[in-house]
Amino acid sequence: MSDLQIDAEMVRRILTGFIDNEVRKAGFARVVLGLSGGVDSTLAAYLAAEALGPDNVTALVMPYRTSNPESAAHADLVVKALKIPSLTVDITPMVDAYFAQFPEADMVRRGNKMARERMTILFDHSAGQQALVLGTSNKTELLLGYGTLYGDMASALNPLGDLYKTQVRQLARHLGVPPVIVDKQPSADLWAGQTDEAELGFTYEAVDRVLYLLVDCRHEVADLVAQGTYSEEFVRAVYRKVQGSQYKRRLPVIAKISARTIDRDFRYPRDWGR
Amino acid sequence: MRRSRVAVAQIAPILGDVHKNLAIHERVAREAMAREANLLVFPELSLTGYFLKDQVPSVAMTEEAPLLDPLRALSRRIALVVGFVEEGPGHRFHNAAAYLEGGEIRHVHRKVYLPTYGIFDEQRYLAAGGAVRAFQTALGRMAILICEDMWHPAAAGIAAWDGAEVLICPSASPGRGPGAEQPFQNAATWERVLRAYGDLFTCYVLYANRVGYEDGACFWGGSEVIGPTGDTVEKGAYLEETLVVGSLEPGALRRARIANPLLRDERLELTQREIVRILRAQERAAGGRVD
Repeated sequence: MSDLQIDAEMVRRILTGFIDNEVRKAGFARVVLGLSGGVDSTLAAYLAAEALGPDNVTALVMPYRTSNPESAAHADLVVKALKIPSLTVDITPMVDAYFAQFPEADMVRRGNKMARERMTILFDHSAGQQALVLGTSNKTELLLGYGTLYGDMASALNPLGDLYKTQVRQLARHLGVPPVIVDKQPSADLWAGQTDEAELGFTYEAVDRVLYLLVDCRHEVADLVAQGTYSEEFVRAVYRKVQGSQYKRRLPVIAKISARTIDRDFRYPRDWGR
Repeated sequence: MRRSRVAVAQIAPILGDVHKNLAIHERVAREAMAREANLLVFPELSLTGYFLKDQVPSVAMTEEAPLLDPLRALSRRIALVVGFVEEGPGHRFHNAAAYLEGGEIRHVHRKVYLPTYGIFDEQRYLAAGGAVRAFQTALGRMAILICEDMWHPAAAGIAAWDGAEVLICPSASPGRGPGAEQPFQNAATWERVLRAYGDLFTCYVLYANRVGYEDGACFWGGSEVIGPTGDTVEKGAYLEETLVVGSLEPGALRRARIANPLLRDERLELTQREIVRILRAQERAAGGRVD
């Protein structure tokens, strides 16, 4: 059994309410987000524009010289459709200047650097505009660890973090995101021809179902394998990715010395005093 | 039971700020009075917010707390059910709800079942109450069960067997599982439970669920007045602040209890006998195990 269907209208109300509430509670009225032209950041932009008003959502488009030009074109499509302010910041000069000193760096290092470069730009504009950084990571990539720690995973609030990729697509369709964005091959767009599914080694449809069964429905790996719907290799590979990326979903581990250690036995809600 | 108008305050308390929450209570009480309500029920922990964690001792108060004085004064004009963290004897902190009427607290219910699973962590911070009691009010005999208490049918049974004509449930239910007709899956379960209790215990059920967000958790609202045949008297919208106002009709209660004399036919001595038997069996089983 797998039920990844959502009532898109209900989720839309919950998430626009969430953005409005969490932003205002923190004393802000605006958000900035990195708009890649992919379905996740596009959906986040649609939700934020509805929640806060288009004038209060700034999209930063941050291409690198190897980015697919189609990405920026799709981002532009979104900016025009939503009538939100936008700014393009080319990250090529900073990233290339850095790697001129470390020319041996592989694609993973370069990709992570680009993600973190974008993060610093978003948080700089966050301060400059009195705006919060809106996160765009979905539940699938958060669980698989398919993101850059302190890069694209960094944000002040994230409306999409409890929606699997296939649910993001459902909601995006419901909100009227252009099909050309919803239906294209997801890609981190760190190098030409890169696609999420090729890099991960499985399709989002398949991995979402397995994650849903393991995480939401609490199936044990052995039981899921015994049911025979999914290969043991596949289920174990997914489980290993979730387990192996646990550190990315937590604060750095702190050595305990005092009577009350942050997040261990000093426990306050994030909304403390809000 | 007297014919009366009851109101349910579907509010979004501010986490940890009892003074701002008091102001919300006073504002909504004025609105309820303007709509001629005789009783106004606020959600669980309405004076403090829900996911308090280590703030629990900082927002706790005793029944005598001066902060409650304005509510005591208001209760001369409209009966109130308010949620707060009660600092009880021995510095034990309870998730509590008080019934205020005629300028004083008539009854305090301390939440008996403290959920500590999934999204919940209440037993880490709070002490469990030890009683479920019905109590007399100017409007009729009532009982309070706080949120999770309602998911234990025996607690609702005790309230009904103790004579409650109105079951009051202050709640702070965070949504879990995407829903369809309801915002979340657990909302659908709540709606079945409320109707079943109205029907089976032939009593009114006042469900006060909050709205708003805390740390990303969404409280879904949908507060209700359920009649003694399990029918919906009034229902609040999902996900937004509102005041739900409905009527308690003694005639409806009487007719329900004539049509379904379930409470008349209750067999408490049988229930007691079987519970004692089960308890003894459990004790024997526990004693026979070497831990």
